[in-house]
Amino acid sequence: MTALTPKERLAIDRVKMPEQDAKQRACNFTEVNLGLTQERAMEEAQRCIACKNKPCVDGCPVAVRIPEFITAVAAGNFEEAARILRVDNALPATTGRVCPQEVQCEGVCVRGKKGHPVAIGWLERFVADWAAEHMPKEHPPTTTTGFRVAVVGSGPGGLTTAGELARLGHKVHIFEALHDTGGVLRYGIPEFRLPKAVVDREVENLRTLGVVIECNVIVGRTLTVDELAVAFDAVFIANGAGLPMFLDVPGENFKGVYSANEYLTRVNLMGAGQDLKGGTPIARGETVVVFGGGNVAMDGVRTAKRLGAAHAICAYRRTRAEMPARSEEIAHAEEEGIEFHYLLAPLEILADAKGWVRAVRVQKMQLGEPDASGRRRPMPIAGSEFEMPCQIVVVALGTTANPLLTNATPALKLNKWQNIVVDAKQATAMAGVFAGGDIVRGGATVILAMGDGKVAAFGIDEYLKNKIPKHQA
Amino acid sequence: MFRVISNEEIAPQLNRMVIEVPRVARARKPGQFVMVRCSAGRERIPLTIADDDPKAGTITLIIQAVGTSTKEIVAVPAGGYLTDVAGPLGLPTEIERLGRIACVGGGAGTAVLFPLAKALAQAGNEVTTIIGGRSEQYVILLKELGAFSKQVFVTTEDGSSGEKGFVTLPLQRLLADPNQRPAAVYAVGPVPMMKAVSNLTRTFGVHTIVSLNPIMVDGTGMCGGCRVTVAGKIKFACVDGPEFDGHQVDFDELSARQTTYLELDDHGCRLDPQLAAMQKD
Ligand SMILES: Cc1cc2nc3c(=O)[nH]c(=O)nc-3n(C[C@H](O)[C@H](O)[C@H](O)COP(=O)(O)OP(=O)(O)OC[C@H]3O[C@@H](n4cnc5c(N)ncnc54)[C@H](O)[C@@H]3O)c2cc1C
Ligand code: FES
Repeated sequence: MTALTPKERLAIDRVKMPEQDAKQRACNFTEVNLGLTQERAMEEAQRCIACKNKPCVDGCPVAVRIPEFITAVAAGNFEEAARILRVDNALPATTGRVCPQEVQCEGVCVRGKKGHPVAIGWLERFVADWAAEHMPKEHPPTTTTGFRVAVVGSGPGGLTTAGELARLGHKVHIFEALHDTGGVLRYGIPEFRLPKAVVDREVENLRTLGVVIECNVIVGRTLTVDELAVAFDAVFIANGAGLPMFLDVPGENFKGVYSANEYLTRVNLMGAGQDLKGGTPIARGETVVVFGGGNVAMDGVRTAKRLGAAHAICAYRRTRAEMPARSEEIAHAEEEGIEFHYLLAPLEILADAKGWVRAVRVQKMQLGEPDASGRRRPMPIAGSEFEMPCQIVVVALGTTANPLLTNATPALKLNKWQNIVVDAKQATAMAGVFAGGDIVRGGATVILAMGDGKVAAFGIDEYLKNKIPKHQA
Repeated sequence: MFRVISNEEIAPQLNRMVIEVPRVARARKPGQFVMVRCSAGRERIPLTIADDDPKAGTITLIIQAVGTSTKEIVAVPAGGYLTDVAGPLGLPTEIERLGRIACVGGGAGTAVLFPLAKALAQAGNEVTTIIGGRSEQYVILLKELGAFSKQVFVTTEDGSSGEKGFVTLPLQRLLADPNQRPAAVYAVGPVPMMKAVSNLTRTFGVHTIVSLNPIMVDGTGMCGGCRVTVAGKIKFACVDGPEFDGHQVDFDELSARQTTYLELDDHGCRLDPQLAAMQKD
């Protein structure tokens, strides 16, 4: 194939992602984005002008060699692209689907200055899915070090560290509190955005690398970090964020009020809404109001729609421009008929005589001066209160650190938000104990948890270099 | 997979199951519970650990088989398996030496009370136990509790055993008698019973601890489904409890929240005739 001239590259329009029809998908849980064909992916890859400065690499929290993998895609060399990705990013099929590309790699792509950035996320996803289908499975390393590492939590942080350590020849044992793997990837992010088959694939891959995964072990309760630190040569903690925050308004405990974590866990992890006979139930309603404007709120409100709500409403204190959710999710939600009510804050949840939600009293807001986060602060408009009838309220305001593990582990150093303090190598105040992901950063992102996991894996490997394995195999 | 070592019916719809979970048996303290999922696709439900045998690596659960999930669990015979058992969860009971203590159990709550009462007695407290039930066959663990209690009172609603009436009758007498008044009361049972006990002890200013049983999903603090209002603040029963100061608990709210899924049809829609009518037009 002859290389295109820059002008020819600039002439190509950004590819369109084939999607499930909006009306149809609003009634099912299957993935919205259908994925690019090889031809479309190669064409999109040719839009990359291989600029000198590579701002996309700086824009990526884990510095994936984006131009290199895209050049390989453009040449139709998907295997090479997959190898590059695999080295830099342990979970490309996941991050290709859930990273906030518009504020990371794609946000700084030079092609975005005039027109649309290269669809880096979609290409990443394409390559990862292609590799899963066409490339042979990884083999466990032929030489092993004899070191054993315990990993707490099987979210993106734990999965990444486990994979990297296993490839380095260490024996890894993951302890997971829930009955299933994946952390937020399983219980939080819905099937229509991240098929659980993708998570299963990542977990299966770890098993072929020799990683042992044990569910139903709550570290801090079933076993302690101290016990793990004695029994294993090193420990990595990635137990995620934790406790959901509530609105702090009257009526929050009426029947029909859910945290987004509970709402999504019931559906995604427990299978509520699919087969109710004997399984985990979930309350449905004609009108569901979800408070919040992040990814979690989008997942909640789009789930409500799929559970049959005639009116699935997202109520947010600011405007669309300030919403922290991925722009693709907001766009998808709009297409699916989600109703957005901006500049609205809850005052009180009202119930009927039996204690079921019947409405939420809200107040209109206007944007004032920017606050500490740099976003304009919503200010209440006096006298603008009104009632929105609804049967279900979902609260998606974020989470605070879960103290279950840290309370049981006094030797760990915590910051004022009760997140674990680590150094540049993700090492905690306890020798041989490392940590990463949301428990260190507060609610963050999949890619950051993964990045931490990778740094920790190398930190642990280095830490083990001049040690003798505790248990000789 | 966790093996069921034994499973016997000790009262109507009430089973004692011994399960092999060595790590939980070792780590468990009185007042804590496990989350159990009978098999794939089923609910996760909290069950109090009634007893343990760390040497054998087993825990004992006493299960009132009233709902779909509990019925499925007690249907697993000895030699069978439960798919998931995770714990121990919740804060352990603060076992202090306070002197005279009254332990009040209602129905299957008596099973939850049993490990607390035992630990309190072992800590050197003088334990008076009051057990209530609908009728004689619902009065459970009488012998076991009698083994370490200074005295045991039984009440039944129909008078088929012990005193006819509610657990509050003997408790009232204890509270009213300065020579018998307990330093603290532990009450576990149906919400109306814990509420009645707390209201009674409040008038005597006697500290009262109750063990709450809201609906739970994960049991680790992640979902907030188990939230209860204590002293006007939201608490998560699974991580902040399950035991709380009975004088501070909003029992009416807890009662209401417990009925959530009983008032839904198979599709999760409310069984509310008015709402159904509204939805039609
Ligand atoms: C609904 C939702 C949507 C999101 N959408 C996006 C998105 O689109 N893009 C994005 O980048 N990020 C998104 N996020 C954020 C992202 O999922 C998290 O930042 C990321 O999953 C954090 O990874 P982690 O490995 O630190 O923790 P988690 O994914 O939270 O995993 C932690 C794991 O540890 C287990 N665990 C907890 N305590 C213990 C214990 N004591 N012992 C043993 N195991 C324990 C948990 O059960 C869990 O499996 C979303 C979050 C939610 C809730
Ligand atoms: S059961 Fe989920 S937070 Fe308590």
